[in-house]
Amino acid sequence: MSDFKLDFEKSIIELEKKIEELKKFTESREIDFSEEIKKLEIKSESMKREIYSKLSPWQRIQVAKNLLRPRTLDYIQKVFEDFIPLHGDRLFKDDTAVIGGLAFFEGAPVVVLGHQKGKDTKDHIFRNFGMANPEGYRKALRLIQMAERFNRPVISFVDTPGAYPGIGAEERGVAEAIAKNLKELSGVKTPIIVIVHGEGGSGGALGIAIGDRILMLENAVYSVISPEGCSAIIWKNASRAADASVVLKMTAQDLLELGVIDEIIKEPAGGAHRNHAEIIQTMKNVIRKSLKELVGLDKNELVARRYEKFRAMGKFLEIEG
Amino acid sequence: MALFKKIKFGHASDKNVDIPSGLWSKCENCKEIIYSKQLEENLKVCPKCRHHQRVSAKERVKQLIDEGTFEAESSKLMPLDFLNFPEYNEKIKKAQAATGLDDGICTGTGKIHGRPTALGVTDSFFMMGSMGSVVGEKLARIIELAIKKRLPVIIVSSSGGGARMHEGILSLMQMAKTSAALKKLSDAGLPYIAVLTDPTGGGVTASFGMLGDITIAEPNALICFAGPRVIEQTIKQKLPKGFQRSEFLKEHGFIDMVVERKDLKENLAKILKFFGN
Repeated sequence: MSDFKLDFEKSIIELEKKIEELKKFTESREIDFSEEIKKLEIKSESMKREIYSKLSPWQRIQVAKNLLRPRTLDYIQKVFEDFIPLHGDRLFKDDTAVIGGLAFFEGAPVVVLGHQKGKDTKDHIFRNFGMANPEGYRKALRLIQMAERFNRPVISFVDTPGAYPGIGAEERGVAEAIAKNLKELSGVKTPIIVIVHGEGGSGGALGIAIGDRILMLENAVYSVISPEGCSAIIWKNASRAADASVVLKMTAQDLLELGVIDEIIKEPAGGAHRNHAEIIQTMKNVIRKSLKELVGLDKNELVARRYEKFRAMGKFLEIEG
Repeated sequence: MALFKKIKFGHASDKNVDIPSGLWSKCENCKEIIYSKQLEENLKVCPKCRHHQRVSAKERVKQLIDEGTFEAESSKLMPLDFLNFPEYNEKIKKAQAATGLDDGICTGTGKIHGRPTALGVTDSFFMMGSMGSVVGEKLARIIELAIKKRLPVIIVSSSGGGARMHEGILSLMQMAKTSAALKKLSDAGLPYIAVLTDPTGGGVTASFGMLGDITIAEPNALICFAGPRVIEQTIKQKLPKGFQRSEFLKEHGFIDMVVERKDLKENLAKILKFFGN
């Protein structure tokens, strides 16, 4: 695990180092430690599960933002075949924070898209930290409407801190772009699978997160406001973000209980960043299953169910009379 | 320490003058002292500087709907503090007492110069008109009722609060819910007229706020997605004058017209006439 560290992973990383050393020792001195290694590996596995099962919401946010976690492009390139990236909203420019295009899932043509965050400083800047401008939402809508015309399912990957709060974004109507997506996606006559795999940052996330299946990775988060922003409003400073993250109920488990998502996608022991191959395989299984449930459904039925899905969200007290 | 305090003399428009409540009120823009009754008759618009003060949902209904024709949508929905969010319950109670509403919205049907319409009005005096589950549900219900009764829909937004964070992710989902209901209305061949008033922000702008077939704004209303302070903090620059105000949005192509409050009802009536039956 390179130089990126999560403090609660300290004991996991120490154990992983020890296992690595023993393996090297076995190779160089030709002494057989395989029994010990096996034991330690079992221990490490259960330690990862143990630690990760007890993460606080704030710790999960750190995992969700973790630089080593697969990004949308990793999923698109490894879960699908023959990705053909497409660019531009045909109105203003190409938004590098939202990627998308044509691809094949186990041979079947699909449209894929999502927010793309960077991997290093240069890439972060190029991707605008995954914060879309209006063009990103308009590009997404263009691709989804094309998918509808050619009867191709859509898989949308969500990973953004939020839409970009800039002068240009406001001038070019980021609110209109998001609103239009919410409206149009609710009626698109082709299956849409939404996968929140990192950060689901408010309206900026929702703008590409209307679909028939809303799935969320175990350590992903999804919220109406950032915990920092929430803390600044309630406690007049951003320093109690960790407390706010508890109050906001933004983990996958919370969202499942609130009826916002359909399913939690289990991550490898110790988080998706620890085992890309495993999470890619899991992702394939989950997408295969969802597509099987949705493809072939009557289009009007599909849209009617999608409407009911979002229509039912909300909690209030109704007084009869 | 000074022994004597200097007393400053000023005239009535001086901004430090305390006004006895009730009879007179002070324009928050030009600080002019206005006779309350006159302000009321002027639909809460300052007669001197034309500043449009915020009006409550109930007042707005009265201003727009022909007398005696308003029928409130019948469901009684109360907000719930299902996240145990700090101070949410207190805020709800305070807002309910201040506005006489269960939550920050009035919905119903009525007539505008004799033309029937469905209407929703959010109330900025109820937690900044923010949208939680009740506001989203009430809007979805009135839109669905309009589809059933073949009525146009007008929604007047006065929602600086956007999505209400006190209801967490479910507030965000009200954006999806209301937008989907408007898609149904649109597919049913019925018009939606959005009226944006000061202030309209965040998740409200990015859902029903920006989805009008026709979009009207009152003069100088703040209409935004990200609030001005958030943007200033991000880009570390002062924002240009008039940024995110109605006239700015019109210039950039996001609203059809800026209409003074005194002309709003007349304009809505003409638009309803165009859409006819």
